[in-house]
Amino acid sequence: MAARVGVVTFPGSLDDKDAARAVALAGAEPVALWHAEPDLKGVDAVVLPGGFSYGDYLRCGAIARFAPLMSELVPAARSGALPVLGICNGFQILCESHLLPGALTRNTSLRFLNRDQVLRVESTATAWTGDYTDGQEVLVVLKSGEGSYVADEETLDELEATGRVVVRYVGGNPNGSRRDIAGITNEHGNVVGLMPHPEHAVEALTGPSTDGLGFFTSILSHLATGTPVHA
Amino acid sequence: MSEVPGLDTVTTALDTPDTPQPYAELGMAKDEYERVREILGRRPTSSELAIYSVMWSEHCSYKSSKVHLKQFGEKAPESDALLVGMGENAGVVDVGDGRAVTFKIESHNHPSYVEPHQGAATGVGGIVRDILTMGARPVAVMDALRFGPADADDTKRVLPGVVSGISFYGNCLGLPNIGGEIGFGAGYLANPLVNALCVGVMRHEDIKLAQAPGPGNKVVLFGSTTGPDGIGGASVLASASFDDESHAKRPSVQVGDPFMEKLLIECSLELYARDLVVGIQDLGAAGVSCATTELAAGGTGGMDIQLDRVPLRDPRLTPEEILMSESQERMMAVVEPAKMDEFLAICAKWQIVATEIGEVTEVTPEEAERGGRLVMTWHGETVVDMPPRTASDEGPVYQRPYARPAEQDALQADDAAALPRPADDAELRDQLLRVLGAPGVGDPTWVTQQYDSYVRGDTVVSAPHDAGMIRVSDDSHRGVALSTDGNGRYTRLDPYAGTQAAYAEAFRNVAATGARPLAVTNCLNFGSPEDPGVMWQFAEATRGLADACQSLGTPVTGGNVSFYNQTGDVAINPTPVIGVLGVIDDVRNRLRSAFDTDGATVFLLGETRAEFGGSAWADVVHGHLGGLPPRVDLAAEAALGEVLATAADRGLVTAAHDLSDGGLGVALAESALRGGRGVRVEVDGDAFTALFSESGARAAVAVLPEHADALRALAAEHDVPVAEIGAVGGDALVVTHPGGSVEVPLADLRTAYEATLPALMDGV
Repeated sequence: MAARVGVVTFPGSLDDKDAARAVALAGAEPVALWHAEPDLKGVDAVVLPGGFSYGDYLRCGAIARFAPLMSELVPAARSGALPVLGICNGFQILCESHLLPGALTRNTSLRFLNRDQVLRVESTATAWTGDYTDGQEVLVVLKSGEGSYVADEETLDELEATGRVVVRYVGGNPNGSRRDIAGITNEHGNVVGLMPHPEHAVEALTGPSTDGLGFFTSILSHLATGTPVHA
Repeated sequence: MSEVPGLDTVTTALDTPDTPQPYAELGMAKDEYERVREILGRRPTSSELAIYSVMWSEHCSYKSSKVHLKQFGEKAPESDALLVGMGENAGVVDVGDGRAVTFKIESHNHPSYVEPHQGAATGVGGIVRDILTMGARPVAVMDALRFGPADADDTKRVLPGVVSGISFYGNCLGLPNIGGEIGFGAGYLANPLVNALCVGVMRHEDIKLAQAPGPGNKVVLFGSTTGPDGIGGASVLASASFDDESHAKRPSVQVGDPFMEKLLIECSLELYARDLVVGIQDLGAAGVSCATTELAAGGTGGMDIQLDRVPLRDPRLTPEEILMSESQERMMAVVEPAKMDEFLAICAKWQIVATEIGEVTEVTPEEAERGGRLVMTWHGETVVDMPPRTASDEGPVYQRPYARPAEQDALQADDAAALPRPADDAELRDQLLRVLGAPGVGDPTWVTQQYDSYVRGDTVVSAPHDAGMIRVSDDSHRGVALSTDGNGRYTRLDPYAGTQAAYAEAFRNVAATGARPLAVTNCLNFGSPEDPGVMWQFAEATRGLADACQSLGTPVTGGNVSFYNQTGDVAINPTPVIGVLGVIDDVRNRLRSAFDTDGATVFLLGETRAEFGGSAWADVVHGHLGGLPPRVDLAAEAALGEVLATAADRGLVTAAHDLSDGGLGVALAESALRGGRGVRVEVDGDAFTALFSESGARAAVAVLPEHADALRALAAEHDVPVAEIGAVGGDALVVTHPGGSVEVPLADLRTAYEATLPALMDGV
């Protein structure tokens, strides 16, 4: 039976359809999850997609954190049991939920930036990056206005020391993120958040490459082998 | 007397027939006001005056343009593809497989000058709601922009604001921005143009129309609450009991909330899918006035509205202000009583406020004859009792006087061919780089990188290529391509030919992606219709477009007119922006403009004549505007389009790029830069003409050597001139001609092309 991967729709989610498509292309069954229902429907993993949940009012991701669904998701993710991938707004929600440290702030240009972006995979020891090789460079899409990753120096040092920086920007820092960090993981490796959009690099016809598919095949490999990451 | 102090009811109007009314302040002519009195058989109430003044405004009634626009219908070519024509919120075109697309372009010029960010943002919001109203899911947007000189101080205010507004609203809605155009010119300094296009996809059976059938059906307002934004003339009507100071501070530019619009889109689509609405209308210009009169006129003709039930964000609003408010993100639906509970439940799911404000009524045959009967009450007192059709469909129509301006002859006689040309290869090279780096020609990335082009995952081609293309659904390879084009310089020199040239360029751009052009939308940006010279430009432009569409079999499905784009007596260069939509059976065959295959042969399709009137070269190098625009040969455009689309189908070409602004030199440079490879070409005769002429019906294509003969044969079959001019490869653009050669390394091309906008906008 195919793995079932939930994709959450909040009011203002935009890339939910795209995340579901990427899940399907990877060979899993996408399951639509609704923000207002505290029901994970027994899914094996969850994607928090990009967009402007709740219009980004207050702060990006700040309101989504309190959605009824999140009351189910957060404890399961925090325990290491439920793999969760947060993309763009999803990454912001993971930070606001304190599943990941740090925060995302306005791009240093103060403008929205859409560009094709090379990333270096710094850690393959997560539930979402096992199919890549360490140091592999991948071409995906970056499109965000508040994508500058910030955290205090101590946190950044700890992320580096424990191998929790998952992807880093290559070829110029696009938004002012500290230490070129594009994505990070938690101590269990089950929760990954990144600002760029791997789900927009899954078809040669519509994306800059198909490099992003690896995130979605990785979770299938992870679920198939049941390998605990960072056990 | 009324129970509510200061309320102007129908009874009051009958009792005080001679009360002076501020029709002139509301922009109404005396004879228009007299006609309202005649229709009603009494003086209008202030609420009725509010409705007539906005519905009969130029913006809503098209009173100056109607006599010209009707040619689009009269000359419409036979087309099996047209499912809904002009007159509805947007036209609908069959694209096959039971699917249809609807698309339209609309201006938001004046608000974008006053407040660039919100003006442009709400321009996007408005056109998206038009598309939603047709029953379609909006799937992409584009924008055509014009600004003052790029180095003018005010352009640094207007341009970044407009771009951030489009970016903010469109990105937040989750609609990919797949293309558009940007141009600069002195006339646009205080008259920027912001034309936004939206395209939506639906199944044939999902088409919705603005109508209110079925007496007893409920009228529901849903979406945002109604506030005092966007009220222009209403404060003139407001009673003296209001605090005048609070009115003075009210903004006349609307403020957009894209999050609300996103919810409204998803909510409306779910309402459609469950078949819960019988008629729908968005609230744009003229707000409740427009939605109620148009829905009623499109249905039984009868409607009762309780205006005091409209949810307000400012409880002090008067009925007149509610009628004129242009608060954004609002829709009006007609719902069967039995379906109201389900309707309201869906709205609640999307956290959308929905309020029943009235119902559809029967009218007597006599009332129907008069134009129906729309009654509105305010706390139980009747403030409106009028035939809605007289406001929505029977507004004034003007045959404005028009005359060819006296200076037109001198302008056309000032031939650009007489301008000094580059004396040697060094000057030729220099001028090529200057044209390539000119703000309206050079790289638009500073703008386009602020737009999300990827969301929804169906974007197959987007900026900076010739047109935008999207896949219409996941389960099909079918796609639609769209391009918008306009050239104010050409149109100034010859409005008829210039408009046809804009149409031809959009047609060619669509064909250059491999799609077959099918239908047209337009946004006609002109100066004041009260100026006979401007009206002549308008008459010529509409005639040119109607003739061109008839000639090439692409009906006009709808559009928008924006007049009064002028400062004092000086109008903008007339700028009709033409949008062409095409269909491609298999998006996997789509073409882009990047020459990315080493060793590919470069062919020039079409004929090059010495045509420099209105050209980018004349403008950039000499600051000159005169002569005649390039001759338009529609048959040649059709033939070229057929060659390009067929070549794409058969996989004969690896890239195609239309030739337009700047001519062959700019096109080759762009294709080289986008492919990251050099191009070496050899031209016969005069290199200057070869590189800078802007003759229409031309494209450059890259072809693998094994397909060269097939391409030649295809071109010959359609009588399209074809010339092998060179090959892709190396790291420079090299142009060899009988008198010498010009060589520009890619790095130099890139600097010239990419540096301009960042330098002007960021000072880097």
